[in-house]
Amino acid sequence: MQRKEANKMLKTFRLGGVHPHDHKISRNESIRVFDVPATVTIPLGQHIGAPATATVQKGDKVRVGDVIGTATGFVSANIHSSVSGTVTAVEAALDGANLRKPAVTIAVEGDEWNPEIDRTDTLVKECTLEPKEIIARIAAAGIVGLGGATFPTQVKLSVPPGKTAEILIINGVECEPYLTADYRLMMERGEELLVGCEILMRALGVEECAIGIENNKLEAIKHLKGILAGGSYHKGIRVVPLKMRYPQGGEKQLIAAITRREVPSGALPIDVGAVVQNVGTTYAVYQAVQKRRPIVDRVVTVTGKGLGRPSNLLVRIGTPIHLLIEACGGMPEDTGKVINGGPMMGRAMANIEAPVTKGTSGVLLMSTGESMRGREMPCIQCAKCVEACPMGLEPYLISKLSRLGIYDRLERERTADCIECGCCAFTCPSNLPLLDYIRLGKAETLKIIRARQVK
Amino acid sequence: MSNRIVAPSPHLHGDFCTPRIMRDVVIALIPAFAFSVFIYGWTAVWTTGIAILSCMLFEWFISRFLLRQANCTLGDWSAVVTGTLLAFNLPATISPWLIVLGALVAIGIGKMSFGGLGRNPFNPALVGRVFLLISFPVQMTSSAFIPTGGPVLDALSGATPLAVVKDALKTHTPVTELMPDFDLSGMLLGFKDGSMGEIGAAALLLGGLYLLIRRVISWRIPVFVLGTMLVFAAILWLVDPAQYINPLFHVLTGGALLGAIFMATDYVTSPMSKRGQVIFAIGIGVITMLIRVWGAYPEGISFAILIMNATVPLINMYVKPSRFGGRNPKKK
Repeated sequence: MQRKEANKMLKTFRLGGVHPHDHKISRNESIRVFDVPATVTIPLGQHIGAPATATVQKGDKVRVGDVIGTATGFVSANIHSSVSGTVTAVEAALDGANLRKPAVTIAVEGDEWNPEIDRTDTLVKECTLEPKEIIARIAAAGIVGLGGATFPTQVKLSVPPGKTAEILIINGVECEPYLTADYRLMMERGEELLVGCEILMRALGVEECAIGIENNKLEAIKHLKGILAGGSYHKGIRVVPLKMRYPQGGEKQLIAAITRREVPSGALPIDVGAVVQNVGTTYAVYQAVQKRRPIVDRVVTVTGKGLGRPSNLLVRIGTPIHLLIEACGGMPEDTGKVINGGPMMGRAMANIEAPVTKGTSGVLLMSTGESMRGREMPCIQCAKCVEACPMGLEPYLISKLSRLGIYDRLERERTADCIECGCCAFTCPSNLPLLDYIRLGKAETLKIIRARQVK
Repeated sequence: MSNRIVAPSPHLHGDFCTPRIMRDVVIALIPAFAFSVFIYGWTAVWTTGIAILSCMLFEWFISRFLLRQANCTLGDWSAVVTGTLLAFNLPATISPWLIVLGALVAIGIGKMSFGGLGRNPFNPALVGRVFLLISFPVQMTSSAFIPTGGPVLDALSGATPLAVVKDALKTHTPVTELMPDFDLSGMLLGFKDGSMGEIGAAALLLGGLYLLIRRVISWRIPVFVLGTMLVFAAILWLVDPAQYINPLFHVLTGGALLGAIFMATDYVTSPMSKRGQVIFAIGIGVITMLIRVWGAYPEGISFAILIMNATVPLINMYVKPSRFGGRNPKKK
């Protein structure tokens, strides 16, 4: 009751949103280090943008943290070996959707690390690097948005000329049901996280940093506020408790919730002076800048109502996902779906031997019953989807136009603004696959927009 | 494990579904139904029962044999809602054959001829009611027999309160003369004459409250319909209190509450955006009052809703929801 009362007073975004049950069943499981597997398959494209170019060949010896792929162009990221051993293949491997993607396969031998990396747990608070050097280290470490979007972090930190960053927003919302990886990081690596905030503030030249956390993570709010009360961190850092509402972790929704500024259609967060980084990313920034440690592992929530032991595991990149499921009690018999990510935006996997990548925030098992979609019924124009859309779009209309192939009207209906959060399909009482069709229409709209820009 | 399901996100679904919504509307109509049984006795049960059964039968028949739909929509409860609303728009003593005819027009012409659930531009129950009202005016407006009338009704038996007010307007008689002991609390409780669902304001409000709590309807349409009527009537009343009746009378009589809460909020025939819904509701309020004060009929909300139903596609085309990105842009 108290929480409900408190919830009313808190900040949130203006339009739409839904309230799925949060099912954070793994919230009290401390992060466990997962054993290094016998072989890892490290995809060269684990980020938005061009895949990295492999710099190793079959037979090469590598150590943990060695570069095995370098960024190809501006929007791309370096890839590092997550294990020590011998490269057994540099060729296409099957990803979670059973598509062949370039990857490096390494047979593990021992656990020898690149000596430049500081592997100790000692907190290194001081950072006197210039912004350019910070960004260079982040780029070298191959850091991408670890919330799941996997946008290369150095690109976000490179503020284009003529624009200025005013506020750094740290995304600790974790509004996807089930996932607790970011929550555990805030609870267990709070100091490192705050140093990461200071480093990012320094890189951007901002004096203000807001850490947005939803109200179902009261412990994390208290914990971080407690550390900040100690006074040894930048005075501009503050924790902002937010009302529970999906998709608050969406970049534009989070900026709106915290600053009341809405990023205009087609614009970027920096156009309203904001830069958003996820909690996991911020921790990775700390490790990259202070410890010279690239992304070789990440926290993955392995969860599901039928799973024996829901857990938060620290997993080496490239570890086959089925190994994680086995370590958490094994696959329940009536598993209908295995999802890479959360239930609202994650991808259902066709191939569970696919590796953990930088963007794998969770592995969620759903029973057959939970996995089935309800029977489609006629649209009754109830407008629940319009009410739920956080972008203020009309999902029923966009879906219908896409279904009928009337693509030329889609741009006017602002289809390109869709963030694919799934609120419309979640809320539809007639079980219509609204987002399926909207995705199709959005792809067509983007094609039309791109074709015009080429001319 | 070979039969694992791979589908695009989202992988969760909320607990809202069409049959649940329709069931909630039926549940919300129960207090008003109970009240009309209390007033009219078994005739109310027969009328409602015949209306529901014939609506379901026609829906099933048309869906199965004329449209040859693979999935009959009978299971979604929408025919039950149409049947109940149709019954509530009829006098309790109406002949059973007229009820069946009304159901045929409501379901057959109002709903199924457009392709069934979700495609009808007009509220099916109102199509049925207005058809009967125009075709059988005597049977539709003849007063129901009331065995247990209150003090107000004794003075009025034979004409609905709105008809009395209409009379006053037509003959330019001060309304206070024709209806000397107008009693608001009696109105609220429903001791007045009218169609089954028109009486019992308190019961209708209770149903509306249930729909609000269950998030089946939002407050916008009912509040703006009734609010518009109230403002409209208040202006007239302030100008000439002898000729025009107390504004509260207008929202508590006739089908105002039934229409505003249960018929104007019909998903299929109301606009999609919040702003569109407000425009739609204000339109209903204004047209209702125009008909009541200057039109040929004492009651106008059925016509008002149907007229505004016709504007919905236009409203949906031009009145868009508030888009993200428009609020509080960065100060330059």
